Amino acid sequence: MRALLDIVTVLAVLAGAVFFLAGTVGLLRFPDSLTRLHALTKADNLGLGLVVLGLLPQVDGALAALKLVAIWLLAQLAGATVSQMIARSMRRDGQRA
Amino acid sequence: MTIALALDAGLALLVLGVALWTIGAGPTFAAVVGFVAFGLLLALVWVRLAAVDVALTEAAIGSGVTGAVLIAAAARLRPTEPQSVGERPGATMRLVAALLSVLVFAGLAGIVLFPADPAPTLGPAAAAHLPELDVGNPVTAVLLAYRSVDTLLEKVVLLLALVGVWSLAPDRFWGGAPGVLRPARPDGALALLGRVLPPIGIVVGVYILWVGAIAPGGAFQAAATLAAMWLLVMIAGLRDPPETRLRSLRLLLVAGPAVFLAVGLAGFALPDGFLSYPVGHAKPIIIAIEAVLTLSIAVILGLLVAGPPERERQR
Repeated sequence: MRALLDIVTVLAVLAGAVFFLAGTVGLLRFPDSLTRLHALTKADNLGLGLVVLGLLPQVDGALAALKLVAIWLLAQLAGATVSQMIARSMRRDGQRA
Repeated sequence: MTIALALDAGLALLVLGVALWTIGAGPTFAAVVGFVAFGLLLALVWVRLAAVDVALTEAAIGSGVTGAVLIAAAARLRPTEPQSVGERPGATMRLVAALLSVLVFAGLAGIVLFPADPAPTLGPAAAAHLPELDVGNPVTAVLLAYRSVDTLLEKVVLLLALVGVWSLAPDRFWGGAPGVLRPARPDGALALLGRVLPPIGIVVGVYILWVGAIAPGGAFQAAATLAAMWLLVMIAGLRDPPETRLRSLRLLLVAGPAVFLAVGLAGFALPDGFLSYPVGHAKPIIIAIEAVLTLSIAVILGLLVAGPPERERQR
């Protein structure tokens, strides 16, 4: 059972790391700010979500698990808001760069 | 072990890299963003050094509140920034800065290369008296019992800093409300965040205050969280900043230091001197002081970021 949970952790955290890597590559390589934002949100939402999912089997107690999930939800909320604001300010300023 | 070492080395290099990038960054705003990222990475370093209290403070105050102050400053400087780009400090100034930097570097290098053996520490002494205080977190014990005079003075310094910020206001605005940091349309995503996040943030702030007695946390980190929620509400345009002349606001500002001072003076009459707590009642007193301090610090930090009064007072 323990080994199975550890395997889940390793797989999920690795998958999360892949999304962070992809998001970072996108941030560096995509042509304009809107697509770069798009790449970043993937790292925030899916990457962090998978890392949290992978860590859940390792915590002791439901409270610690809830805290982890809360961190993921809060990061999503903040990420979505900031993306909206950056995108809106770009549209207002007419910048495409 | 080696993987942890490699991660730590990577983290240290990253901190140095971000620091260099921040110094070299051209636009003020970019430098501020670099500074905030630097602070968050530094918080990770403190976590790796097992100084979680310091990490929380670095993230909340060093990176969060200071970052917000710097962003507001950068926004104010924006109109004059193009003229100041070409300016460079004089040769003497650069020489002095270089000399001081070398001095700091040499001092740090000396400590790292020739460490004292055994390293000087007050850790055992701090831990020895924890049961008497009934406080589980040694950092809280140091801040509010062993070295409480320092903490008291620190709060007074915060008040003085706020008076300094307010003093930047022209006479006609004295007692008026601070300018809104950035007027946002109330229908935006920010307004949604300003409605959804504060209830969660207030719970987190109270939790950080409460848990500070037994685990990493405490008044300053809790106050920074509460101040952030208040600022979010103000920046989102949901509430205007209060007029700085309000009696209730000013009472809130001094309540923390005043209660702290009153407890300190009561120490003369009850146990045996300034800021000494009666045996057996230390923990409730410490938590009470921290609760009032948290409110005061939160208001002070919020107003520090909000800046000097910029509007005429309402009749």
